[in-house]
Amino acid sequence: MTTNHTPLLRVQDVVKHFDISGGFLDQLRFKGGIHLEKTTVKAVNNVSLFVNKGETLSVVGESGCGKSTLARVILGLYRPNAGKIFYDGQRIDTLTHEQWLPYRRKMQMIFQDPYASLNPRKTVRQTLEEPLRFHNPKMTSQEAMDKVAYVMEQVGVDPAWIARHPHEFSGGQRQRISIARGLILDPDFIVADEPVSALDVSIQAQILNLLMDLREKHDLTYLFITHDLSVVHHISSRVAVLYLGTLCELASANDLFNEPRHPYTRALLSAIPKIGEKKAKHIKLKGEVPTPVHLPSGCVFHNRCVFARDRCKKEFPRLNELPNGSFVSCHGVEEGWPMA
Amino acid sequence: MPSLLEVRDLEVKFALRSGDITAIDGVSFQLDPGERMGLVGESGAGKSVTGFAIINLISKPGYISRGSIHFEGKEISAYPPDKMRKIRGNRISMIFQDPMMTLNPVYTIGFQMIETLKAHRNISKSQARAIALEKLKLVQMPSPEKRLAQYPHELSGGMRQRIIIAISLLADPAIIIADEPTTALDVTIQAEIMDLLQELCENEKMGLMLITHDLGVVSQVTEKIAVMYAGKIIEYGPTETVVHHPVHPYTIGLIGSIPGSIEPGKDLKQIPGMMPTLTNIPPGCAFNPRCELAADICTQQTPVLEEKQNGIMAACHMK
Repeated sequence: MTTNHTPLLRVQDVVKHFDISGGFLDQLRFKGGIHLEKTTVKAVNNVSLFVNKGETLSVVGESGCGKSTLARVILGLYRPNAGKIFYDGQRIDTLTHEQWLPYRRKMQMIFQDPYASLNPRKTVRQTLEEPLRFHNPKMTSQEAMDKVAYVMEQVGVDPAWIARHPHEFSGGQRQRISIARGLILDPDFIVADEPVSALDVSIQAQILNLLMDLREKHDLTYLFITHDLSVVHHISSRVAVLYLGTLCELASANDLFNEPRHPYTRALLSAIPKIGEKKAKHIKLKGEVPTPVHLPSGCVFHNRCVFARDRCKKEFPRLNELPNGSFVSCHGVEEGWPMA
Repeated sequence: MPSLLEVRDLEVKFALRSGDITAIDGVSFQLDPGERMGLVGESGAGKSVTGFAIINLISKPGYISRGSIHFEGKEISAYPPDKMRKIRGNRISMIFQDPMMTLNPVYTIGFQMIETLKAHRNISKSQARAIALEKLKLVQMPSPEKRLAQYPHELSGGMRQRIIIAISLLADPAIIIADEPTTALDVTIQAEIMDLLQELCENEKMGLMLITHDLGVVSQVTEKIAVMYAGKIIEYGPTETVVHHPVHPYTIGLIGSIPGSIEPGKDLKQIPGMMPTLTNIPPGCAFNPRCELAADICTQQTPVLEEKQNGIMAACHMK
């Protein structure tokens, strides 16, 4: 995958597996003699993508497809088993803890559940000041106060509530505070992991508008993780579709929603309930999602795909670039099989 | 002909030490055989409490303080527990949000299905088993015989929800109340479950009351909608009309705040503020502090639900 200019973030063939075999006794198997067997969850498999400065890349997929794991690998919370991650041209997945520090300032994360992600025993001030003090040890307390008040205003929380605890706020306000925590260090890149999924629709709209405003004001780049496709269409420039830890399709939001190419993307899009539209026939998938412990051979989607042929069972499809700049990993799209 | 279910002026209160609070305030609606109705609103609007009230599952300190619930022509809101048990799970079934929480993890699917059937009918185990199998086939469960011997943890979320639906169908109910049945599921599974529920209602002439916060789902599955806000129904009418020509400012705002209702990238229409807590409902129209049309009358008089246009009922002074 190449681009003319250096993207802000580039992820190259990243693999993340988790060993869940447990202890020695858990690994014992008695089939055909006694032997040990490891169990691994193959959460992310050979994912490559890039995020350009100023854009919003959304990563979508159903539960268990590895989208949150990918976000955590990018932020260095998990080390990848293989692959490379570049931020602003600099490889970051091999850095030591000390070397990571400057990148932690630039890359921030917003979490899904504002009830779980804020420390209930800390006031808003303590929550927001901590990263500020840590990264700027010389900052005076007046400067820190001013900065906290400024950011609170930016996210629409009255700075007069600075001494309050999280339980005194509603869900929407808490999410604003966790966005403020993400912004306090003036980052360039924000990973938002399902930031509106826990909120009611009217509050969700407020938070989405806020995130879009902040992107413009502060020149931010977002990696947006979500399962909600209508949100994705609304805010993203490009979309990456994950299935079982594998990238199926990466395309501009318009191309993806107007003309999805990968059979999984099509099924996924056809399943979104759209308000006011009489029910369109959605594409039914065969069977159930396999577990990431036992990945299917070849294309991971082949056992649920209605168009699958022999090649899909044997060969893993490469991510190919299409004339319009989208990337799709599907043998059918590559060879132009009739898929209607 | 009387409706299958008719709820009139229902009020549910919760007795707290600081005084009674009203969770449901004068809710009325009706459901005919085979009809699908959506009960929509944000968290805390009183959707689930309405559902629970119908099958008399309001637990203390909550109680039904006013109103009537007529089911198949009989008033059931004051039925004693033993009489209510003959209706609940038998004539009216309820499906809940989280399929893992509703199934007992230590019993097999078959045991739980047979037990439910035997509680309602005087039949043998093998007869019950045959009915269980038939219902599993009805919900399009792959390899149904095998499922009877399995435990809930062996199944995926979508399959568990199919089992729950099969269990709710065991006694051939007249009404299914589904409380956020697909909120915990992925979109592709959600689409399948919703298709299934819709088909079942059409084929078995069953009434469906779909409680959800997702207007998209409601607009595709139901024939009429009741929108709730702070314990009251504020808009009630045919789904098509309500979705395309909403009357109440709250419904208009709610539809406008859904991404997908407007061009991507544009600001979503947002409703300022948040829904009041039940202890703190503003006087007059509960929506007035958030409403852009609000006038003096809105803070003084509570609007009643009345016929407005195109067969829509709404509770608003300004429309």
